[in-house]
Amino acid sequence: MSVLNVNNIICRHGLMTALRGVSLEIHAGEVLCVIGANGAGKTTLMRALAGAHIPDAGQILFQGRDITRQNAHTRVRGGIAMSPEGRRLFADMTVRENLMIAGENGQNGDWTLDRVLTAFPQLVPLIDKQAGGLSGGQRQAAAIGRALMANPDVLLLDEVSLGLSPAAVEGVYASLAEIRDTRVMAMVIVEQDLSRSLAFADRILCMAEGEIKLAGSPADFTKDQITDAYFGIQNEAPADV
Amino acid sequence: MTDYSIRPIPQFDRAIIAGAGMAFVVFGLLPMFGSALVVDKLTMLFIYIILAVTWNLLAGYAGLVSVGHQAFVGLGAYMMLRMVEAGVPPFIAIVAGGAVIALIAWPMAAFVLRLRAGEFAIAMWVLAETIRSLVMLDPYIQGETGRSLVVLNAYDPDMRRNTIYLMALVLAGAVIVISYRLLHGRLGGETQAIRDDEEAAGSVGVSTFRVKRIIFVLSAVGCALAGTLWLASAITFQPRTAFGIQWSVFMLFMVLVGGLGSILGPILGAVLFMTLQVIFGDFGVWYLAGLGIVAMLFALHVPRGIVGLLSEKMGREPITMQKLLNPKRT
Amino acid sequence: MFEQLLQAILQGALLGGYYAIIAAGLSLMFGVVRFINLAHGDLSILGALITLSLVQILGLPVLAAIAVMLPLMAVIGWLMHMFLFERAMKGGFLLPILVTIGLGAALQNGMFGIWGSDTRSLGASIGSLAWSSWYLPGGIILGKLPVLIFGTAVIVIGALHLMLKRTGLGRAIRATASDPEAAELCGVDARQVHRAAAAIAVGLAAIAGVFLAMRAQITPYSGPAQLIFAFEAVVIGGIGSLGGTLIGGIILGLSQTLGGLISAQMSLLSGHLVFLGVLIWRICREEKLAHGGWRAGLKAVLGLSSKRRKLASGDLS
Repeated sequence: MSVLNVNNIICRHGLMTALRGVSLEIHAGEVLCVIGANGAGKTTLMRALAGAHIPDAGQILFQGRDITRQNAHTRVRGGIAMSPEGRRLFADMTVRENLMIAGENGQNGDWTLDRVLTAFPQLVPLIDKQAGGLSGGQRQAAAIGRALMANPDVLLLDEVSLGLSPAAVEGVYASLAEIRDTRVMAMVIVEQDLSRSLAFADRILCMAEGEIKLAGSPADFTKDQITDAYFGIQNEAPADV
Repeated sequence: MTDYSIRPIPQFDRAIIAGAGMAFVVFGLLPMFGSALVVDKLTMLFIYIILAVTWNLLAGYAGLVSVGHQAFVGLGAYMMLRMVEAGVPPFIAIVAGGAVIALIAWPMAAFVLRLRAGEFAIAMWVLAETIRSLVMLDPYIQGETGRSLVVLNAYDPDMRRNTIYLMALVLAGAVIVISYRLLHGRLGGETQAIRDDEEAAGSVGVSTFRVKRIIFVLSAVGCALAGTLWLASAITFQPRTAFGIQWSVFMLFMVLVGGLGSILGPILGAVLFMTLQVIFGDFGVWYLAGLGIVAMLFALHVPRGIVGLLSEKMGREPITMQKLLNPKRT
Repeated sequence: MFEQLLQAILQGALLGGYYAIIAAGLSLMFGVVRFINLAHGDLSILGALITLSLVQILGLPVLAAIAVMLPLMAVIGWLMHMFLFERAMKGGFLLPILVTIGLGAALQNGMFGIWGSDTRSLGASIGSLAWSSWYLPGGIILGKLPVLIFGTAVIVIGALHLMLKRTGLGRAIRATASDPEAAELCGVDARQVHRAAAAIAVGLAAIAGVFLAMRAQITPYSGPAQLIFAFEAVVIGGIGSLGGTLIGGIILGLSQTLGGLISAQMSLLSGHLVFLGVLIWRICREEKLAHGGWRAGLKAVLGLSSKRRKLASGDLS
C-alpha cells in the first residue's frame, strides 16, 4: 500500500526550475534513498514533501488525501516529519526542549523521549545541554530524534551523513537500521554516499537536473548505470516509478 | 560587444518638466494678484513639498526610515531664532539657519547610520526628544513657553508674506532640482544599488556609508529649511510643536500616498495632503486619525503610492530615477 | 542631602518596574516576531482609557475593570497582528515602521476624538493607595503604589519567564523566535505563535497603561513618550532578555529620578542621555570586536578614522 503519492510536481525558485515534473510513490514501511549530484533537486523534493516548499504544479497525496497546498505544520500533525538540511536545531534551547517541541506538536504514538534516547544513546548525557554546543554527529542524532518525536508515518531525512565523521555516520545508520527493521515507518533519505545508499535502501531514486533519472531496487542496476544516471547521462535505463 | 547609452528623456516627461517650469513662473507671479490667504496656503504647500521630497530622499532612496526628522525641523527653527537674536537679518537667517544644520547632521550620521533599521527609526526619535530637551534648557526659549520672532513684525505684512512665499517657492524648486540632479548622477545609481541590495553594492565598491551620509545630511538640511520657513510664517516657536512627531507623520503620509522612491510621488503627495487639510482640516482629530489610517492602508495595499498606480497604467514610471539603458551594438 | 539621594534611588528603582512591564511587551515582539510596533505606547494608553471608562462610567471596581479590559486588549493585539502586522512583515523592513506609525497616529487621534483632550487619572478610583506611604527609618518615604507596581512587574516578568521556559506555548514561542521554518517543520504553527506573542505584548502594554493612569495623569497623546521609555529600557537592558528588560527599566528609572534631582527638565533628558550612551557603547564594542581595540572602535564611531572607511567601502583609489 502506498502512503505517499507524488504526481508530476514542478517546483520553482524564482526563475529557476528545481523540479521538472517529478513523480514517485512511497510504500508504508519502506526505505527510499534519494541520490544525485549537488543541484539535482533532492533538497527541493524533500522540502516539497515536508510542506516547506509548495509546488507550482502537480499533486501530492498522503494516505490518499490531497495535501499539495497543506503547510508544513499541518503535515507534521498529519504524519510527515522532516529532519531538514543543516539540522536546524534550536541552538539556544536544550536538546530535551528541542525534542519536546516536536513531541508536543506532532502526532501521538510510541516514539517518546525515552524511546528516542534508547535509539540514540549518545544523546543521554547531552539531554540538558544547549543544542548549539553539540558536535556534528550529535546534532544529526538530535535532529533525527526530533523528527521521530513527531511520530511520523513518513520520516524525511535530508543529507544524513553530510559533514559527519565516519564513526558518527556508523552510529546514526546503526540507529536508523533498527527503525527500518520494525517496518512501521516509511523513510525517505537523501544520502550522498552511493554505496551506503545501495546497502541501506529498499529502493533508490537517482535525480539529475530536477528529474528522476533512475528508480528501482538497488539490485536491478549495475554500478555503471547508476553512475551515468547520477551525472545525468542519458541512456535507456528503465524509468518505471 | 554591447554598449549602453542612457535613453533620452521621453516625450511625456518633457511635457511634465515644461509644465513644472511654467508652474514655477506662474507661482512666482502669483503674489501680484493672489489673496493673502492663498499666498499663505501656498507657502505651507511649498514647505510640505520640501519636507516630502527630502524625507523621500532618505526613505525612498537610502532605505532609511526616520521618525525623528522633526529634530531638524525644530533645530532649523531654533537656529534661525538664535541667529536673528544675534543680529542676522531674518530673511538671511531663513537660509543660513537651515544650512548650518549640516554641521550637526554630519557628525550625527556617523553614529545613527550604524544602527539597524528599526533601531535607527526609534533612535532618531529619541534624538529628536533629546535635542528638544536640550533646546528647552536654553533660557532664551523659556522652556515650554517658547519665543516669537518679533523682529518680523517690523516689516510690512504684505512684503513679509510675499518674501517668505517667494523664498519658499525658490527653496522648494531648488530642493526638487537638486535631488533630481543628484539622483541622475553617480549618486543615483549608487543609492539604487544600495536600496536593492546593500551587501552587493558594497562588494562592487559603492561606499554605502558615504552615500547614506550624504543623503542623511541633505535630508536634515531640507527639513531644517522647512523649519525656518515655517517659523518665518508662523512667527511663534514652541518646542513641543517645532519638535513634534506630527512632522514625521505628515512626511510619511505625503511620501507613502504619493509614491515612495519616485521623484513625482512626494510632490503629488504634498499637493494632496494640502488639499485634504484645506477641505477636512476643520474635522480636527478625526481628520488626523483618518490620515493615519490612509497612510496605513497605502503602506499595506498600495506600497508604491499614486505614482505606482500611474506607472502601472502607463507601463512605466513618469520621470523615473531608474537609469534606462538602451543596448546599442557597436 | 544623603537622604534625598537615597529617596531618589529608591523611587527610581521602583519606577523601573513600570518601565519593565511596558518594555517586556516590546521586547517580546522584537525578539520573537522581529517586529517593532511603534504604536505600542498608544495601545498602552488605549488599555488605560478603556479601564478608566469601565470604572468611571459603568462603575466597575478597578480590578474587575482590568479583568474585562485585559482579554479585550489581547484580542485586539491578536487581530492587529492577523490583519496588519503579518501583511506588513511580508513587505520588508520599511513597511512595519510605516504601518505602525500610521496606526499610532490613528489611535492617538481616534482616542482624542472619543475621550477628548482632558487629562485623566485612575488615582481617584483607587482610594488611599494613590497617596499612602510607608515611613521607613531615616526619613525615607516609600509610596505604596510604586511598591505595588514594582512587585507586579517582578511577578509579571517572572511569570513570563516561567511561561517561556516551562510551557509548550513558551517552547513554541522560543523555537519560532530562533528559526520559524524549523519550528514549522516540528509542527508549530508559526503564525499562531506570532499572533499569541502579539496578544501577550499588547496585554503587557495595557497593564503598564493602567499603572501609568494610577500614578499620573494621561492624555490620548501620552503614548509616544511611553514607547520611547519602553524602547530605551529594552536597549539599555539588552534586546531579547527579560531579566535584562527589568534591569534596563531600573537603570532608566534611576537615571530619570537622579537627573530630576538636578532640575525637572534634566529628568527626561538624563534618561535619553543614558540610552544614547549605551547605544554608542554598544556600537563601539561591535567595532572593537570587528577592528581590534577600543580606540579603533571609538574613532570609527566618532568618524575620525578614514582608513577604516576606505577599507570597508573598498574605495582604494
